[in-house]
Amino acid sequence: MTASTHSTDREARRGSARRLATLVRKESLQVVRDPSSILIAFVLPIVLLFLFGYGVSLDTAKTRVGLVIEAQTPLTQDLAASFQASRYFEVSIDRDRRAFEEALVLGRVRGLIVVPATFAADFAAQKSPTVQVIVDGSDPNTASFVQNYTQGVVTNWAALRGAEVAARAPAITVEQRFWFNPELKSRNFLVPGSIAIVMTLVGTLLTSLVVAREWERGTMEAIMATPVTATELLAGKILPYFLLGLTSMTLCVALAVLLFGVPFRGSLLALYVLSASFLVPALGQGLLISAATKNQFLASQAALISAFLPAFLLSGFLFEISSMPTVIQWITMIVPARYLIPSLQTVFLAGDIWPMFLRDIAIMLLIGAVLFFLAARSTKKRIA
Amino acid sequence: MTNAADSHASRPEVIRLAGVTKKFGAAPPALDDITASIRGGEITGLVGPDGAGKTTLIRLMTGLMLPDAGTIEVLGFDTRTDAASIHAAIGYMPQRFGLYEDLSIQENLDLYADLRGLPKSERPAVYDELLTFTDLKRFTTRLAGNLSGGMKQKLGLACALLKKPRLLLLDEPGVGVDPISRRDLWKMVEALTSEGIGVLWSTAYLDEAEACDRVLLLNQGKLLFAGIPSELTERVAGRVFKLAGTTGRRRATLARVLDQDNVVDGVIQGEAIRIVMQDRSDPAALLTALGSSDGQIAPTSPRFEDAFVDMLGGGPGGRSKLAEATRARPADSGRPVIEARGLTKRFGDFTAAADITFDVQRGEIFGLLGPNGAGKSTTFKMLCGLLKPTLGEGRVAGFDLRRDGAEARNRLGYMAQKFSLYGDLSVAQNLAFFAGVYGLAGTQKRDRTSLMSEIFDLGPHASSNAKDLPLGLKQRLALACAVMHEPDALFLDEPTSGVDPITRREFWTHINGLVEKGITVLVTTHFMDEAEYCDRISLIDRGRSIALGTPDALKARVASPENPDPTMEDAFIALVQGANQRAAA
Repeated sequence: MTASTHSTDREARRGSARRLATLVRKESLQVVRDPSSILIAFVLPIVLLFLFGYGVSLDTAKTRVGLVIEAQTPLTQDLAASFQASRYFEVSIDRDRRAFEEALVLGRVRGLIVVPATFAADFAAQKSPTVQVIVDGSDPNTASFVQNYTQGVVTNWAALRGAEVAARAPAITVEQRFWFNPELKSRNFLVPGSIAIVMTLVGTLLTSLVVAREWERGTMEAIMATPVTATELLAGKILPYFLLGLTSMTLCVALAVLLFGVPFRGSLLALYVLSASFLVPALGQGLLISAATKNQFLASQAALISAFLPAFLLSGFLFEISSMPTVIQWITMIVPARYLIPSLQTVFLAGDIWPMFLRDIAIMLLIGAVLFFLAARSTKKRIA
Repeated sequence: MTNAADSHASRPEVIRLAGVTKKFGAAPPALDDITASIRGGEITGLVGPDGAGKTTLIRLMTGLMLPDAGTIEVLGFDTRTDAASIHAAIGYMPQRFGLYEDLSIQENLDLYADLRGLPKSERPAVYDELLTFTDLKRFTTRLAGNLSGGMKQKLGLACALLKKPRLLLLDEPGVGVDPISRRDLWKMVEALTSEGIGVLWSTAYLDEAEACDRVLLLNQGKLLFAGIPSELTERVAGRVFKLAGTTGRRRATLARVLDQDNVVDGVIQGEAIRIVMQDRSDPAALLTALGSSDGQIAPTSPRFEDAFVDMLGGGPGGRSKLAEATRARPADSGRPVIEARGLTKRFGDFTAAADITFDVQRGEIFGLLGPNGAGKSTTFKMLCGLLKPTLGEGRVAGFDLRRDGAEARNRLGYMAQKFSLYGDLSVAQNLAFFAGVYGLAGTQKRDRTSLMSEIFDLGPHASSNAKDLPLGLKQRLALACAVMHEPDALFLDEPTSGVDPITRREFWTHINGLVEKGITVLVTTHFMDEAEYCDRISLIDRGRSIALGTPDALKARVASPENPDPTMEDAFIALVQGANQRAAA
């Protein structure tokens, strides 16, 4: 009696493994043959990566500014020369700020840097000299560049001058250094960030689409009337798209490093563990959406709004989370991409910092577990 | 009779339904207190119009849906507690076959063999048997998505049969399949019953019901009848007659027949009229009442549909308020209203329609009959000006579709199979929209829309969304929208397939009335009943017209000593097969 129960148990397990294997094989064949899967998993990521690699740049190569030197002295001429030598500015010089008013309004210059008439006197008196910066606030990004780089130029100039006069009076010098991304190339942090977007596309959008497609075409109904279990059905969807997500990510990383020359300072292990942990909530969300909608159009809308856009806007990928309103900051807490992007940027630009990774991985797995629980609850072997 | 009943009782029960009720939201129950049993070794027809609850009942039987009340036992297992055991023992083919279109025939078979746990060692023999059985052996590497409707159907059946089920549930296997494949499929399923397998075959076609061993007749969620089909037809025995000798006036005659008090139902059947009379009514008196001197009335064998309509309390009367409100078109020069001259359409190297030629005269109903994918819709679309012919020309009301497409379209009303209404707009908004589309404005628009809602009794539903209407009302609204602008020609695309017989009769009463007023009608259909209403039919197969004539003439062409009175379907099959043989020779 016991022996026979044992053998039926084993048989049941073998049957289950075989059904799962066949579902995974079916799904893989479908991915290979369905142009839309290839499009979402491979073509779209490449397009996105090129867009972020070449198209979108948060750097300003040479910003046109107007430099107003109100009093010509050797000192201010020296400062002007520093501005002209800067690789960030293209400078036109005048004595009166009114000369640039129209240019600023028309956007021909992005800002005015005013060296006041009192500058030389203040400097000589060892009072901290002031330079006024007027920027076009309609483009905050560029405006802050002008401001920051002006500060950089003035500080550097003062430091050099300071060295000359160091014997006279020790000056406090401000030395600015950017760590990890010394050239401040935005590409270097945009590309790792876009990998999170790509995995959202595969994990959530594609997965919700393929499950919804099975409902639409009636195959879900036919399969449910076979001995297959709900768990096998779910696992049969998750495994292929989990692997597809990692493949897609690998492709992106290879492109990022080989083509865009983004540094990769961490370990592959960290990269894969982080990505795999991110795919858990991404897939969970995809399954939940498709179980709730059962319709490809609705599923794609829901995936774009609930996964793709938050990964874009609320993850710190493009916009700094700390500068968002508090309520929005709370909302970002449940966006899985928010935990992946900083870690991923760290893997690329800094190296392995496991305490940070482990915390992010734990949170992503937690969100994933909740989503999977909800998805499994709504994917019983029932139609309605 | 007793014999059949005896063998039925001796067969094992495979499904037991007790007080099964299922509701969706606030709507009336989709299934209302169904109690019935289904036995092995025979084909049980689950019969009823669209929306009767057939699919819901089958889903309940699979355990994929649970009833709100009552119990269902399948092969002795309760669907609530033991769905897994049911899934291991049944074969189920849902309406859309459940095939993976990106997978080949072989890959679909392998998938279902794995899911159903068919041992590897048994596979070669089973595959061989099923592929021979379904005649799909030559196509095993073809993707399921590239198969014809009939082939998909057969593959779906093969997948459901991989591990010999004890019960086979087929949800509308006859839909979207040409009559020849349908007959093949039927033969296959019949062969299975001899092995003791119980088969449930759901259908909206009442002629399919007649062939079943037993039927469950559903209407609006209620079980109207359970038993042998002949038991049902028994109730109209001796009350069904055929009225002949009304050539050329049969539509007008039908309208008057239907208004007689002792007539339960009447439909046009070729040149004759089929009549169901009340019990103990004298058919001869009917002739007198009609004042017909040359009519001949003779008894004919009752059909399932006669009994169904009788059961529902009889068909509607013969008056069409729509026709009464339509101005008569004068009999003019005799130029055909619809002309097709050598219409040909090629898509790449595929010829969808080749050299289609016909004329439709004023006040004529012309049918394009053929299986799915034969080229009916292509021809239809060319005549609506929606598709540019590769060769040939088409005219509607004298307007060339190439040059004056817009003019021509303004002269025709179009009603599609799935009633192309805007589901999210209310009834009134749909009417207003279509009036606007056809260029009606101001008083004219107000008059026409209020006339339409009065004729079709849409007033009480004016503010309901079109998608929430019952099928019969949708049908009325679609017709109202199509005739809003008083078109000279009506184009109907399978207007009544799957619709319940009462709604279908109501619809054809309107169409018949309009035709009497001189409106011209073009119908495409694969539905044999609709073909009977036509004056003439062009039979389309593989893009070509293979026969053209009146329904009676087409039937007469295939009459044989074995089958002296063939049905439209017999005629269709014989003519298509004949054409194929000629093509092969």
